[in-house]
Amino acid sequence: MATKITLSRRAFVQETGGLLIGFSMASSTVVPCLLGVSSPATVAIPSPSRLDAWLRIARDGTIQVFTGKPEIGMGVGTAFAQIVAEELDVPVEHIQFVMGDTATTVNQGGVGGSTSIMMGSKPLRNASANARYLLTQMASRRLGVSPERLQVRNGIVSVIGDDLKSVGYGDLANGVDLNDTLRVTGEGFFLNVEGPGKPKDPSSYTIVGRSIPRVDLRPKILGQFKYVTDVRVEGMLHGRVIRPSGVGAALVRVDESATKDIPGFVKTVVKGNFVGVVSENEWAAIRAAKALKVTWTAPQMAFPEQRYLYQQMRTATPKATKETLKQGDAAAALAKASRKVEASYEFPFQSHATMGPGCAVADVHLDGMTTVWSGGQKPHDLQKGFAELLHVDLDKVRVIWVEDAGSYGRPGFEDAAADAVVLSQAVGKPVRVQWSREDMTAWGCKGPAVICDLAAGLDTHGDVTAVQFTSRAFSGGETMYRPSSAGNYLAGQLTGIPNTTGIDEFAQWGAEAPSYVFRNLHAVAHVVPAFYGTASPLRTSHLRDPEGPATTFAVESFIDEVAAAAGVDPIEFRIKYVDDARAKAVLTAAAEKAGWDARPSPKKLDKAAEIVQGRGVALAVRGITGGTEATRVATIAEVEVNRRTGTVRVRRFVCAHDCGLIINPDALRSTIAANLVQSLSRSLKEEVMFDRRNVTSVDWNTYPVARASDVPSQVDIVLLNRPEIPSSGAGEPSTRGTAAAIANAIFDATGARVRQAPLTPARVKAVLGTIQPA
Amino acid sequence: MSRASIRVNGQVHVVDVDPKCPLLYVLRDNLALNNPRFGCGLGQCGACTVLVDNRAVRSCVVPVSQVVGREVVTLEGLGPPEKPHPVQQAFIEEQTFQCGYCLNGWVLTTKALLDKNPSPTDEEMRDALESLVCRCGSHVRIFAAVRRAAQAMRAGG
Repeated sequence: MATKITLSRRAFVQETGGLLIGFSMASSTVVPCLLGVSSPATVAIPSPSRLDAWLRIARDGTIQVFTGKPEIGMGVGTAFAQIVAEELDVPVEHIQFVMGDTATTVNQGGVGGSTSIMMGSKPLRNASANARYLLTQMASRRLGVSPERLQVRNGIVSVIGDDLKSVGYGDLANGVDLNDTLRVTGEGFFLNVEGPGKPKDPSSYTIVGRSIPRVDLRPKILGQFKYVTDVRVEGMLHGRVIRPSGVGAALVRVDESATKDIPGFVKTVVKGNFVGVVSENEWAAIRAAKALKVTWTAPQMAFPEQRYLYQQMRTATPKATKETLKQGDAAAALAKASRKVEASYEFPFQSHATMGPGCAVADVHLDGMTTVWSGGQKPHDLQKGFAELLHVDLDKVRVIWVEDAGSYGRPGFEDAAADAVVLSQAVGKPVRVQWSREDMTAWGCKGPAVICDLAAGLDTHGDVTAVQFTSRAFSGGETMYRPSSAGNYLAGQLTGIPNTTGIDEFAQWGAEAPSYVFRNLHAVAHVVPAFYGTASPLRTSHLRDPEGPATTFAVESFIDEVAAAAGVDPIEFRIKYVDDARAKAVLTAAAEKAGWDARPSPKKLDKAAEIVQGRGVALAVRGITGGTEATRVATIAEVEVNRRTGTVRVRRFVCAHDCGLIINPDALRSTIAANLVQSLSRSLKEEVMFDRRNVTSVDWNTYPVARASDVPSQVDIVLLNRPEIPSSGAGEPSTRGTAAAIANAIFDATGARVRQAPLTPARVKAVLGTIQPA
Repeated sequence: MSRASIRVNGQVHVVDVDPKCPLLYVLRDNLALNNPRFGCGLGQCGACTVLVDNRAVRSCVVPVSQVVGREVVTLEGLGPPEKPHPVQQAFIEEQTFQCGYCLNGWVLTTKALLDKNPSPTDEEMRDALESLVCRCGSHVRIFAAVRRAAQAMRAGG
């Protein structure tokens, strides 16, 4: 038996200080306090109308903030702390967070759509302003002076001009009823609370807007941070899953004879087409998963040959269609146009391929409280889904979010957690499931493939008279738009539960935030049916900026093609057809920073040169449906193209970014830079490969991503801060324009247009071959 | 199963494991050293990186039997929190990483690189780091941190 050094439940709880998960800004040690003991038999779902559902103040002045919006690696926890500290006038170090625990945090819809600051911080800001209001009222009575004569510094309320008359929040909080009722509006992402205390005027901010170090990075780099992969509970077993041999394959039999001799092997779990193994330690689970002989029926030939993917999407009968923009009569204007430009663009299935392949711990008690630890972005949805999976009431499931690797949407962390639930239920003990690389890359969720067809008409002056846009795409939400039903999860589907909560999500242009104004404009989006509806390795979910990179690749490449047809500089052309001052401002700011060489593309080709250079631009405007704010981003790529090999190197990015009020400029820059590199990876390299029966991208060799040599030497980020405008999203918006900016730069350098992503050397070489010497 | 004596972060541990078991699982499951992280199990990404005799190796593909008699250092053992290693300090100062799940590879590979080559050129740096994955795309800050660390270590930091 292996030597086990596991902390006992008791030791773990003592060491980590209690029941809470989250992190403390009060010390440099960010320790998520993992709940090692079973959850209480019932938990009260906190009501957002109670101030103490949002924050609590300890006697020592420490402020505990509760939010349903978890940190997913982009620094949102630090930004939240700044927002709360600002309203309360306390040092950021006094703030601790509890995030994404369904037993103690309000359901704010989890993370998604880069809305955590844009929408999720609103109730935190308002709750903090109300806490300050109540505490100041209390201090006024205690000190015998009117509230107007009081000031707050570092959590101490004192009389202006007489610092000796003071009282701290910690003392006041004992007497203040923080249960005061707040007025609640909206739900999920839109949940907000308001009360008599009003937030500060942004012009008076001293903490918001500062580049304080991210609270999580120091402990992460020092090796003190705990991810969900580090959750250990007493008696915990280790599970692995065994996926079908291909799409639609059904289980015939399982022969576990070869697993019996593996020390530590516990059990094989079979439920429908779900197969897993459970062992006492991880290595035994890995060996057992490999040793298990599983026989499946032949997979179905459900997928087309990959080279026919787009052709098949084109000929498929759409399952849903939506008109997203209609202005004037585009068809009539196109018919009358003196010149027409038409082009089609194709974007592949992509994998989230998270750094950590998906891991969760589940401790199922059908007669009591089930606890699941997961890094999924939407813990409250998971709670609902697991309650359905287990056929128990919602309040009998507690989901505790613990940070996992960056998730970029719904990668399948949700599926891994459902796997753990199924295995724990089967063995009656807590089970930790760790996915393999193949489980994630091949069997995790996918971002959908998208085709966009565009047409534009120009008049005799070269002015655009009409634009038409038609997309055909797999729905971005076949699974886990909200991961709140059992049929969403792979484990659910493999055990025979139908997925009834998929939605038709369209690859649409313009509905959320139109960027261009054309006299005649028509945009239509079609959703094409999935190749296979159940437990498909090509099932789609949200991947960072769902459909945005694909539609923007198309639209922003096309705008460039029209600009070239009109013989106008790409930035000048865009500014001409944009009526939004903030969009114009990011274009201008990026051009200025880049030292943009204003002239029409392509540039004059040096036919003797093997390596040629070019620059391209893309504009992205991103809001969310139903939201009021949108982020404007202009991305410029400077590239080198090897005309012999087709290799593209991005030498420099310039990104001008306007997301309204900036909370933490340095953390924002870091997130933008990372999004530029990740989207460069998606633009140049990433494409899920498959054959007729299976996804064949299974690891980092068969699903290559950007490596050190692919990253530009120079990345310049220009932040346009607008404190008077509420913050909109950051992260996804700077992912959106990259593919088009690079494709436009390739065109500028070579005169050749790549219309299929990723922009691989083979594709670049193929279009270079079509360029006729002038 | 057999008993193996391994030296990790200066301490000797006796573990009773399958000699073929990759070092990663022994560190995480037997020794509760959780910083080396599972990324691929194939040696393709570097999330599980540890130093073995000051060389950066992928603990997910190294059988535990191969490190007997060698000095294993994990991120935990690089520097005490009150006095971080200059490489860690540089990564902190540059506010490197998004999720940070990959960082064992970047920090420890940088340490091994700078011990051998205190003044790497841009190309040498990229070459040394080419086999690592950072899925979030934090490379711009990573490169800045490597340069900062090199400078600090040359200055005797």
